[in-house]
Amino acid sequence: MFSYLPLVLRNAVRNRRRTALTVASVAVSLCLLGVLLALYRSLFYGGDTTPGQAMRLVVHHKIALTQDLPVAYEEKIAQIPGVRAVTRLRWFGGTYKDARDTRNQFAQFAIEPQTLFDVYPEFRITASEKQAFLSQKTACVASRALAEKLSWKLGERITLVGMPITLELTLAGIFDDPGVSSVLYFNWAYLRDSLPVGDDHRDMVQQFYVEANNKDVVSDVARQIDEAFADSPYPTKSEPEQAFFLSFVSFLGNLKLFLAAICGAVTFTILLISANMLSMSVRERTREVGILKTLGFSSGEILEMVVGEASLIAVAGGLLGCVLASGLCAAIAAAMKNAPGFVSAIKGLSLSPLAAALTLIIALLIGLASSVVPGLSAARTSILDALRYNG
Amino acid sequence: MAIPISYNLRNLMVRKTTTIMTALGIALSVAILVASLALVNGLRTVFRNTANPLQLLVLRKGGDSELGSIVSTEAFATLRSQAGITLGRRGEPLASPELVNVVNLPSVDNPKGMNVTVRGLTTTGIEMRKVRLIAGRWFQPGQREIVVGKAVAKRYPSARIGRQIQFGKGDWEIVGVMHGGESAMDSEIWGDLNQVSGDYNRQASPSSVLLQATDAPTLDALQHSIEDDRRLGARAITEQDYYQNQTSSGAPLEFLGIFVAVIMAIGGGFAAINTMYAAVALRAKEIGTLRTLGFSETSILASFLIESMLLSVLAGILGCLLALPLNWVTTGVGNFASFSEIAFQFHTGTAVMFAGLTFAIVLGALGGFLPARSAARKEILSALRDE
Repeated sequence: MFSYLPLVLRNAVRNRRRTALTVASVAVSLCLLGVLLALYRSLFYGGDTTPGQAMRLVVHHKIALTQDLPVAYEEKIAQIPGVRAVTRLRWFGGTYKDARDTRNQFAQFAIEPQTLFDVYPEFRITASEKQAFLSQKTACVASRALAEKLSWKLGERITLVGMPITLELTLAGIFDDPGVSSVLYFNWAYLRDSLPVGDDHRDMVQQFYVEANNKDVVSDVARQIDEAFADSPYPTKSEPEQAFFLSFVSFLGNLKLFLAAICGAVTFTILLISANMLSMSVRERTREVGILKTLGFSSGEILEMVVGEASLIAVAGGLLGCVLASGLCAAIAAAMKNAPGFVSAIKGLSLSPLAAALTLIIALLIGLASSVVPGLSAARTSILDALRYNG
Repeated sequence: MAIPISYNLRNLMVRKTTTIMTALGIALSVAILVASLALVNGLRTVFRNTANPLQLLVLRKGGDSELGSIVSTEAFATLRSQAGITLGRRGEPLASPELVNVVNLPSVDNPKGMNVTVRGLTTTGIEMRKVRLIAGRWFQPGQREIVVGKAVAKRYPSARIGRQIQFGKGDWEIVGVMHGGESAMDSEIWGDLNQVSGDYNRQASPSSVLLQATDAPTLDALQHSIEDDRRLGARAITEQDYYQNQTSSGAPLEFLGIFVAVIMAIGGGFAAINTMYAAVALRAKEIGTLRTLGFSETSILASFLIESMLLSVLAGILGCLLALPLNWVTTGVGNFASFSEIAFQFHTGTAVMFAGLTFAIVLGALGGFLPARSAARKEILSALRDE
């Protein structure tokens, strides 16, 4: 079929405006398809993880995240083979300044300062700031994104009004974190000692974050932890951090179905657009088809030419679409900079080679599928009818 | 003088296949827009049905959800004795202390588990809501019994009547199914306040208190007096405001839907421009004839613009029709305020359909403008000579 390539090319650019519009139309739709594929991958396959995250597990109560676990579990978890480090975590829903301003809303976690940085090896903090955090009970550290958002400086006094207690914290350090955005960590011991003696929550936490020795033992460690506490009054559920974040994605609704339905609709639309454009140009050329046939071109060759033209346009649209899609992905990633941690994968949204390849393959398939009907009708036209045609 | 619309209609009919294909291309983007708006509309309906305009929700100071809130027993006693609270059937003030938590259950959509709100309340709390049993009976005070909302029973296989589910300190038996219209109550599990509090070690402190005022001015006064009383350390918010804020849980899906619809519309728009240019090229001779008969450039421009808009109206109607079956679909979305799933139905109300149609017509007008202008600017002679 390549021997007719010059003719196919000439045909494709004959009506430049139409070809340009069709390529643009196909490109825009395929760009959308590319972005959706990238989004699907980053939401449900977590995009690319840092090595630290790949080795991390979350341990929480089996029944609900809101149910507490005894802090004493920490020691038992630390003894399980394959566990490198473990830290406790308690969520604190304190109010900072005027909570109606959404800028003042951020995640606040009580943790164990010694082990926090062992469990999160990707956090970058200077040795002196880390030392300050360890040595002072009321100290806290904030992620760079949070500190910049609220223009906090080291030594900043931060008051978190909670129930039944209010915490007075001092910012001891600012750490860099490639993933999560607005988060503040403070000493769990300070929270515990602030709670009245006899309070049921005093020696309880909500989660443990565990860093395993290597990626391969993660699922085994999870199983061992859950087995250890299965018969206690506080059974646990351990899962890789990525899977844990994924359960929050399901919170956004049935996104999988939503994305799949949209991808289907988009593909069908491109098919319509491309088929419509092609049948318009083939119909206009009916008389030419007659002449080609008179010159001795076979029906098969004419079909080939139409299919070739359609594929050319679709692939051109696909290439342009991929370029647009990678731009759009970068724009979305930039716009989502302050998104909550569980969708952190979106912050690295990009059109992966696989998604680009898939988009191009879909483009080619659409080109082929859309040319079948117009191509066959052109090939089947009888010479006499074609020459008599007045279009 | 204007060219009759029937001329455009007949033209669209003659080129049936092209018309339908172009319209369908645009229709799909309209359908996606309508679906996203219908989703938020459905969610809004649920929250609107949940709120009673005369009720006030009291949370901890600075709290914005029941889940992370604590109100002390002393505060409850003060709240209960405030003036202006409606009296219930048995003559007691309609003030309901409630404990809210969540339980993770495998759902139809999420076999790995989704959070469901568990609410502990008293008979007063039930009396304050428009909710009725559709199966079984209410839970007995002092028993480990629960009643589940209609949507919970439908969407969570483990939460059917007669079964037991586990949360807090042990098993709970499901003895009834309740239905509160299309409301958030359909997505909740209710049990006896004392039993639920005991399981969560919260005997002394409910999460929130719901109050019913006798009338609207009293509601206002009540809200102010609670907010101003520093000893209470509480925040009072009308139930209407509280639930209205939660409509934002549908925002990510809505944003995604609109984003997709707009991009698809750009693609569909290019295709529509193509179709209209083809229509203009095909009818060059006709345009020349019309001009010779005395129709002005403006009439020609208007006629082609109208034809493009007729095409897009068809697309709009098709799009709305495509989205219509969604009205029978129930789905769920996570509510970040209650940290649990809220079930709702899509609602393609008139406003939503109107938005979809407008969207299509604007698209038709934009897409039709350039081809229509090129039609209007054709030289009469060259148009007539065109083969």
